[in-house]
Amino acid sequence: MSTSARYWREIPQRYRYEASKCKGCGAVWFPPRLICAECGKREFEDVTLSNTGKVQTFTVIRVAPNEFCDESPYAIGVVELDDGVMIQCQIVDCLPEEIKTGMPVKIEFRKVKQEGQAGIINYGYKAVPAA
Amino acid sequence: MAGIVGYGAYAPKYRIKVEEIAKVWGADAPSYKRGLMLREKSVPAPDQDVITMSVEASRNAIKRAGIDAKKIGAIYVGSESHPYAVKPSGTVVAEAIGATPDIHCADFEFACKAGTEGMFVALSLVEAGKMEYALGIGADTSQGAPGDALEYSASAGAAAFIFGKNDTVAEVEHTNAYMTDTPDFWRREYMHYPRHAGRFTGMPAYFKHVTGAATALLEISGTKPEDFAYAVFHQPNGKFPTTVGKKLGFKPEQIETGLLCPRLGNTYSGSSPMGLTAVLDVAKPGQLIFMVSYGSGAGSDGFIYRVTDRISKVQDLALKTTDYLDRETIQLDYGTYAKFRGKIRMSE
Repeated sequence: MSTSARYWREIPQRYRYEASKCKGCGAVWFPPRLICAECGKREFEDVTLSNTGKVQTFTVIRVAPNEFCDESPYAIGVVELDDGVMIQCQIVDCLPEEIKTGMPVKIEFRKVKQEGQAGIINYGYKAVPAA
Repeated sequence: MAGIVGYGAYAPKYRIKVEEIAKVWGADAPSYKRGLMLREKSVPAPDQDVITMSVEASRNAIKRAGIDAKKIGAIYVGSESHPYAVKPSGTVVAEAIGATPDIHCADFEFACKAGTEGMFVALSLVEAGKMEYALGIGADTSQGAPGDALEYSASAGAAAFIFGKNDTVAEVEHTNAYMTDTPDFWRREYMHYPRHAGRFTGMPAYFKHVTGAATALLEISGTKPEDFAYAVFHQPNGKFPTTVGKKLGFKPEQIETGLLCPRLGNTYSGSSPMGLTAVLDVAKPGQLIFMVSYGSGAGSDGFIYRVTDRISKVQDLALKTTDYLDRETIQLDYGTYAKFRGKIRMSE
């Protein structure tokens, strides 16, 4: 189980989709990296990822970990955002059998999990079918 | 003059019909539908709450305002269903829209008028020159006890408004507030569901306060009901705003655009604010909008807006309120609804 401190550290990515773009080769890294894995440069500019994309692939979780068992069956997919960056997230607001590869999606702000009944609520991004 | 520079709404995709709830409790669905003037209500997905819907509504408002979120000096989220008992919803919302750290934040509570309270204070800070922009949000994932009349209407939705002095889409010409100690609806600490005083929520509560605020607002502004293109009232059901509008002298065609309750339910703190977003989506420059909220306990906030030329440039910059209502919805059966709303007692 993740901790509150780790959740807090990841807020810029989980809430605002902040990524880093290498000033050397232009590669975009999400989450941001200290050293570009393409060209080895260490200078980046901050970029915000697009909030629309397409489902590249997905799977349906039917036997879920404890924290997610109320939600099963649910879909987890790889979404290619319009700026070319791939992210992994849940695909919600539709039945798993309605999801298709290539389906246009929008990224929305959702609850991802909560750290028990009394713990903090972890927010982040999920994909929903584009309106 | 200060006013709204950007606005946005959000409604979840799930719905439950009056018939589906009535079936479980042996109630007469046609009489509830007639009595409440309500067909179905929105239901938040299990991964949605006041914070997530506020973020989506605020992002729509920022798109229409076309401003850097860092310039927002205050965030006020009004709700009776804040996810945390202690930790402001506004902290998460402000972080998600990129408005931290130079921002004042508070959560507001006043039953269904917490949203317009947030708007009132945000507007006032901008008018006072304390900040360039301020964000007021009304959002709720309201709860009605199983089998209670409120279960048919208590729904979910959010509306967000960024106030500023330049590039407004609607100037706020007048505001007022009307409040007394009237115990028509409440929830004590640690109680899961609110309680209400039945028919007492009508005449001495909703009608007295909405009429009181509306009459005073017409008087201080020197306006008459026929001066307004639209009127938006708090919508605990479809019937109350229709009745109060008629009593005040407004015609059905002034009310219907902002009357979302028949197919959305009562979004509590989001109710009249969402009605206002639906009106702004179609409003034309120069038109006047009359708005009176209501929150049990009890009080009303009144606003008169004049739509500016900029409105037509921003209406299509984000999803419209009716886009959220007209999109394909997912209908729930009562069992799934009960699971989504945490009404089922689970193993520890």
